[in-house]
Amino acid sequence: MENCMAFAVRLANMEVEIDMCPPMLEEEKYRKSYLELTNTLHPPVKQVEFGSTDRKVIVGGEYVMHRHELTYKNPTVFALDIDDEMDDKEVTRRLKFVEDFSYIYIGTEMKLDALAIRSVSNDRQKFKNVVKFVREKTNLPLILCSLNSKIIETGLSVLERDKPLIYAVTKENWKEMSELSRKRGCPMAVSSPNDMNTLVSLTQTLQGNGVNDLVLDPGTFPGNGLSKTIDALTMLRWKACNDRDKLLGYPLMGTPITTWMGDEDDQTKCWRESITTAALIDRYTDLLILHGTEGWGLLPNIILRFNIYTDPKKPVSVKPGLKAIGNPDEKSPVMVTSNFALTYYIVSGDIESGKINCHLIVADSEGMALEAAVAGREFSAKEVADAIKESGIEGMIKHRNIIIPGLAARLSGEIEEATGWKVIVGPRDSSGIPKFIQEKWKNK
Amino acid sequence: MTKDKELMKKISDGFINNILEQGELEFEDVTFDVGELELRFSPIVRKAVQLKKILELAKLEFTPLNIEWIGKVEEVRLGATANDGGTRDTTYVIGGEGAAAFYNFEQTMPHPPVVSMDVFDTKIHLPKAIRDQFGDVLEDPAQWAKMCVEKYGAQMVNLHLISTDPYLKDTSPKDSVKILEEVLQAVKVPLCVGGSGNPVKDVEIFEKVTEVGERLLINSINLDMDLERVTKPIKEHGHVAVAFTQMNMDKARELNRRLYDYLPRDQIVIDTNCSGIGYGLEHGFTTAERARLAALKGDRELQHPISLGISNAWAPREAWLDMDPIWGPREIRGPLWETITALSMLLVGADYLMMLHPTSVNTVKDFIGNLLNNSKKTEISDWTSAKLR
Repeated sequence: MENCMAFAVRLANMEVEIDMCPPMLEEEKYRKSYLELTNTLHPPVKQVEFGSTDRKVIVGGEYVMHRHELTYKNPTVFALDIDDEMDDKEVTRRLKFVEDFSYIYIGTEMKLDALAIRSVSNDRQKFKNVVKFVREKTNLPLILCSLNSKIIETGLSVLERDKPLIYAVTKENWKEMSELSRKRGCPMAVSSPNDMNTLVSLTQTLQGNGVNDLVLDPGTFPGNGLSKTIDALTMLRWKACNDRDKLLGYPLMGTPITTWMGDEDDQTKCWRESITTAALIDRYTDLLILHGTEGWGLLPNIILRFNIYTDPKKPVSVKPGLKAIGNPDEKSPVMVTSNFALTYYIVSGDIESGKINCHLIVADSEGMALEAAVAGREFSAKEVADAIKESGIEGMIKHRNIIIPGLAARLSGEIEEATGWKVIVGPRDSSGIPKFIQEKWKNK
Repeated sequence: MTKDKELMKKISDGFINNILEQGELEFEDVTFDVGELELRFSPIVRKAVQLKKILELAKLEFTPLNIEWIGKVEEVRLGATANDGGTRDTTYVIGGEGAAAFYNFEQTMPHPPVVSMDVFDTKIHLPKAIRDQFGDVLEDPAQWAKMCVEKYGAQMVNLHLISTDPYLKDTSPKDSVKILEEVLQAVKVPLCVGGSGNPVKDVEIFEKVTEVGERLLINSINLDMDLERVTKPIKEHGHVAVAFTQMNMDKARELNRRLYDYLPRDQIVIDTNCSGIGYGLEHGFTTAERARLAALKGDRELQHPISLGISNAWAPREAWLDMDPIWGPREIRGPLWETITALSMLLVGADYLMMLHPTSVNTVKDFIGNLLNNSKKTEISDWTSAKLR
């Protein structure tokens, strides 16, 4: 059982929530403190949840504008579109693409998150059919997209107890749409392209009508309109986080899918969608609707998202020293690398996934990546010799062979001289380690 | 208007009675301006009113942001034309910002960021996607530079004298100047000259190459160097130094503090270092962002334009490796990797970008143009119902 002080510290670090303290919730004497704390700890960007009964995504819930101030909370949700004029085969391909999408990066699986179903036909029956078809095949969180409230109503009718996100309420349809949202308890996107006055008027009106789960879309203008989009997103997030503006304290969304409305070839459109997506991840969007299914267009962005949403306190370097990968013995290979965190994670990950038992010496390159450290002499024969000596590896193994990174090949002479060991130049990229060991180490 | 007000009074008086009697009231099928109604209730009564339905859209105005930046980034000129004793056709000014990067709603950036391309003085290992774009000229720095400028639209060229590294070819300062002079002949844009990263040899190289004049960007000066010695020729011949630190704001401040003893402020650009997506991008991103925000909040030691080696984007394997076909050809994945790394750094304040791939350079120049576009006209049709095939 945790004591109160420890809980308070964790509360201040945003690791626990105030509602996890029963006395705070239940006892009258804490009522005032509870309300004050709730107000203080309340994220200036509201946290909004949508999805099916058994699979939800969370958007928003952010406390800060810039990532160094405090770790960002909920990574940007990526939704892929499906429309009601696609045939069953294409719909199935797209929903399976989202379900199956996976990329492992330093031990973490990167995924896509949701589906956005659009009514292109503006035909209620068609929309209903595609929503039903999709829902029968997947429980992925859904966004229902149409500016016609009748279409949305029909789509909702086949979703029973799910709470999809409704896209979107506008100045034209707000009465009908907000009624739907309220009846079904579904969160709703507010669309007001390039019109901030209408956006804030809509949120005030909706709040007044008791609709509080909103996501704001100031419009994504690809190409030379992008400056307007970036302006709007920046102003909105500034108002929420720095001015604590209650009318604008909602998650933000972007629609890079708009790049597909141009006349260029598909490759160009996908390229433009990808760079628009990146700019919107960098500039605070919590939810993005995409169209392209090219792996090359998505890969940089799922990793960019992971990078931006990483804890900013995570150090750039790891502690130098000897690390055992697998179960190395006196005959296992010895490798050396730099102590830049990313280098270490990637190298050790590659050795592990190659199921190689090895002694990995992490030399102190002052946290620099290997290539730059070799050039700047932060990683030289001296660091390698020091690392060997301090690690005590000499007493643990029977050979005197050390594998150095291919990027440090030019240091092989001086390392042999400084250590007295035989230097073997390894691959330039650690993805080549398993093959390298199989071919070059087997006979040792 | 008067008529409306009278009506409002009648309505509100009626409501007050209702509220006092029942503690609640509900509006159905009435249309009025909520703001106006509220004014007529005393605070206590207003609290009791439960507006069940609003039937008119509120008419609010978005109030512009009022951010008080107190700092301004130094303006730094790169290159020299005949008027300034040089031979360049153009010069560029970078920096001068009085607001965060691309806060167009506050201030248009005084000088667009400059996009430059890298050239090396010796054959180095480059990803295939880049090699394919240059072919034979990779053996010849002058021809390589020419292609960057004339064919690929580089605004400046960075000549990296990496062969000077004692552990590579140990090229002498004299021979390096020869290469530099060939490049100066081949292109008329301002140049940046870089060393090998060896803190001792670089000082010797910089002492010699600075004699050519031309207000070069010298890449780079760091805390491991003899600062008094290395800054002397930079000041004497009127060049600009890149002050390099390793993703550490305190070190960036420390280096600048020490440089102020030797160099005027407008001869210093900072490089807080950057890495590609998937290879520590977040560290470089946040260091540059924090440095720029601190500068605008008044930290004089960080009020310098930011130069970054975007080419580092090619280090993570996803940028160059032949991967499973689902991730597409590396010939397109690589340039996209570099482009996204560049635009991310632009959005946190980069003023000078060093890049490698022509497609990335082209896209990034367009991106900068789009972000500086001031036209108010922006149209978009409804994407929810658009046919995208």
